[in-house]
Amino acid sequence: MFEGWLTIAVFLPIAAAVLIALFGRNPVMVKWFAAIVSLVELALTFVIFLLYDTSDGAAQYQLVDKVTNWIPIESFNVQYFLAVDGLSAPLVLLTGLLGMVAIFASWSINMRVREYFVWLLALQGAVMGVFTSLDFFLFFLFWELELIPMFFLISIWGSGRREYSAMKFLIFTILGSAFMLVGILVLFFSTGTFDMTELPAAIVSSKLLLPSVVVFAMLFVAFAVKLPIWPLHTWLPDAHTDAPTAASVMLAGVLLKMGAYGMFRVSAAMFPDVLRDVSWLLAIAGVVNILYGASVVLRQTDMKRLIAFSSISHMGFVVLGLSSAVGVAGQISPLGLTGASLQMFTHGAITGLLFLLVGYVYERAHTRHIPDLGGLAVNMPVLSASLAVAGLASLGLPATAGFVSEIHVFLGTFPVWGWLTAIGAFGVVLTAGYILWMLQRVMFGPRNSRLDDLTDATPLEMVPVAALIIAIMVVGIFPSTIADVFSIGIAPIVDSLQNAVVSAQ
Amino acid sequence: MTLHDIYLLSPELSLAAIAMALILLDLVVSRKSLLAGFGALGLIVPVILSVILWIDLDNSSVSQMQGIFGTLVVDKFSLFFKFLLSIAAALVILMSAGYVQRIRHFQGEFYGLVLLSTSGMMLLASATELISIYVALELTALPSAALAAFLRDGKSAESGMKFLILSAISSAVILYGMVYIYGFTGTTSLEGIASQIERLISYGVLDPQAAFGDNKALLFGVILLIAGFGFKISSVPFQFWAPDVYEGAPTPITAFLSVASKAAGFAVILRLFYISFPFEAFSENWAAIFAILSIVSMTFGNLVAIRQNNIKRMLAYSTIAHAGYVMVGLAAFAARAQSGSMDAGPSAVLFYLGGYVATNLLVFGAVIAVSNKIDSDEIDDYAGMARRAPLIAAAMAFAMISLTGIPPTIGFMSKVYLFGAAVNANLEWLAVAGMVNSVISAYYYLRVVKVMYLRDPAEDKPVVADAATGVALTATAAATFVFGVYPTPLIDLARSAVSVLVGV
Repeated sequence: MFEGWLTIAVFLPIAAAVLIALFGRNPVMVKWFAAIVSLVELALTFVIFLLYDTSDGAAQYQLVDKVTNWIPIESFNVQYFLAVDGLSAPLVLLTGLLGMVAIFASWSINMRVREYFVWLLALQGAVMGVFTSLDFFLFFLFWELELIPMFFLISIWGSGRREYSAMKFLIFTILGSAFMLVGILVLFFSTGTFDMTELPAAIVSSKLLLPSVVVFAMLFVAFAVKLPIWPLHTWLPDAHTDAPTAASVMLAGVLLKMGAYGMFRVSAAMFPDVLRDVSWLLAIAGVVNILYGASVVLRQTDMKRLIAFSSISHMGFVVLGLSSAVGVAGQISPLGLTGASLQMFTHGAITGLLFLLVGYVYERAHTRHIPDLGGLAVNMPVLSASLAVAGLASLGLPATAGFVSEIHVFLGTFPVWGWLTAIGAFGVVLTAGYILWMLQRVMFGPRNSRLDDLTDATPLEMVPVAALIIAIMVVGIFPSTIADVFSIGIAPIVDSLQNAVVSAQ
Repeated sequence: MTLHDIYLLSPELSLAAIAMALILLDLVVSRKSLLAGFGALGLIVPVILSVILWIDLDNSSVSQMQGIFGTLVVDKFSLFFKFLLSIAAALVILMSAGYVQRIRHFQGEFYGLVLLSTSGMMLLASATELISIYVALELTALPSAALAAFLRDGKSAESGMKFLILSAISSAVILYGMVYIYGFTGTTSLEGIASQIERLISYGVLDPQAAFGDNKALLFGVILLIAGFGFKISSVPFQFWAPDVYEGAPTPITAFLSVASKAAGFAVILRLFYISFPFEAFSENWAAIFAILSIVSMTFGNLVAIRQNNIKRMLAYSTIAHAGYVMVGLAAFAARAQSGSMDAGPSAVLFYLGGYVATNLLVFGAVIAVSNKIDSDEIDDYAGMARRAPLIAAAMAFAMISLTGIPPTIGFMSKVYLFGAAVNANLEWLAVAGMVNSVISAYYYLRVVKVMYLRDPAEDKPVVADAATGVALTATAAATFVFGVYPTPLIDLARSAVSVLVGV
């Protein structure tokens, strides 16, 4: 089977990167070429999302691209296997969307333009590969492939302590993936397959070389670093703060989702029994993330650092939602899982937008230090309004995407974890506090005279902003557009968790 | 020596002939750059002869052809190394073309010694008997020592002297180990040792359950052999010669020693231990020794490499670390007792060595190209190399990524395959240790990348590689990438090569 859609989606950005590396002499041409590629890629991912058949009885994995004789060796049987299911289709769309946003957010890059767009496009292709690979080896290959582009993006075009942050990002991530690789290899040599669609059943039917909880932990560490879960989060504020705008957008928007996606695709789908047993730990980790992130945000004065910590807080909802799947009482709650998966999409769009807007502000004001800003709404009405929309979506205002995912998580989690959820919900209050406080200090109040001649966003700059606002509002008002697809994706996970809980009783 | 023996030895003999021809040509040819071309092209001859032998083996019913009274054997295992070593030698010669300009005299001898040493390594891969192993080792080591001292300055002389003394010591240790084994079994043939031990087990002289048959002579013999070969592959704790020798030797020779002599060392270790000591009680023990050496080597090499400021010293420690990685494949012998694939461990060693030859020669090619122009091996002097030499810097960065084990490179593929063999052999802890070590190594490999891409150059004068080095860089970079995305042919080759060892 080879339908080709996903292969093109993965390799179009990579091919464009190679072309730019070879021929991209003219910076302006490079930018326009990258922009066109990213628009085509967005259209392609949109088509893929629409092509995904959500009707009853449709195949779970669709748009399959499969080549079985890539590395057909008994002791190393690797396939080239791309496909989407309900879990990955929205994330593919998100990657297309944020990839486009990242390119347009890079218009003001004037240093080493050619290299910059090479890395940015390569990054997008690699992330697309992570979300579409269903061969565990291929998944790992793309997972690692994303490192070098991000390393260069942060360390060359970043600000502040960029080299330190880039190295920290890289070391943390590969330390996580070091354990993941061994976990993957243990699974392969226990079951004889790298195929992620067969692994859930194969793990049940074969005896693992190591206790399943150990394998689970090896794999989970990689996802926990990426997500990130406290206390493995320390790379994130540094990397986000020092990265250039586009890299922050990609980092917060899609790279963190790789961790969340891995938790669904691997931790939950392949190890329902272990997840059942450790779900209380996950619930605590989720709540700690929510509260820790939100409280640290309160004392941040750098806008990017503020958003970075808010990401930690928001990704806590994903973990909390995931933990709700199996509660102490053994109640299965698909709502929590749906919420967690929705949170992946909404956080991607919202935080991407926030980083983008902060990047615009920084380009103009040359500072992200909140006390130095103020009164921006006068000179930049459009940017400020957009920032307000993004902020309100981030704090979960109804009719925005943020509300939908958080309410799902709380509804799903409360019956299971009760008071723990209630504590977690306090994070929403904190979020409202820090978002509104930031908006107030940045947009209103007395204006620093240094900021008198700032200009509003150009139409070109508004393209990605508009695209993200539309996405946020559409998901906020018609959550079913995304939620229905996600719920198809998590249905098998819910089933296997159900079985895990029943078998424990 | 019959005609058939000459046919079997033709790759080695042709190499020696080319070496002699080069030395003679040096006397009459005035354009010395022709010598490198002649040497590199001449290496096509042993490759072709090896291909002929390989086809001959494919068509015949036997898996090996014995020559010279059974002391040497031609099988796919030895032919794999003959390919690998010929290619490595050809690349090293190409890289030397620009470098040897700084050596006024004896350029023909320089290439000739490289080829002679290579023919010794090839013999090493073919040797099936302790004495011929020893002779081949000496043939490998003596030219290398001369080459290390070739620059005839202080550091190079020190390098050559150290190499000479330490290879003499290690040869003595190996010989001492061989004496024990011979004294106990009464034979020097590798297969003979195995059948003798088997006989002694059946007589009840050796306890098949206890370590090394509960026999002190075998225990000492094996330990001494491991120690002696440990010098050759620069494994901790026998590594201390490597940084000084690598730093002082001419850079192409450093490259040659780091890949070719290491590959040959692993070839003889694999054959010796797989053929002579395959019994369960033995293999578990020597595999355990290699597992420990492996983890110590990679950790030591990587940790010390972090502190190095000279790129050749850094690469020397990186070589020690990589010797540790390869030993993971030796430790994975126990897979034979499992339901898993029998050839996982040894084929991983071969595959990894193949990848290491490509990647490490890519690094050294870049180092040579840069040092030819700036005459420095300090990492700080690579500042801004991305601007001064975009292609060389890109090649070097790519090689560093491969050495770290990040895709799309062969370094990634071979590491995954190697650690897969470890997991297959129930050595998950060793795989974890190996992966954590790659994380450590990322720090110093990427530091070089950072210096090249982030620092401003001291001067803007472009650095250009000479044509021959350019060819070598292109070839190794292409191999690093192509086998990094499609490793199947190389893995297949490695697996068919080791089939004689594991008896599939």
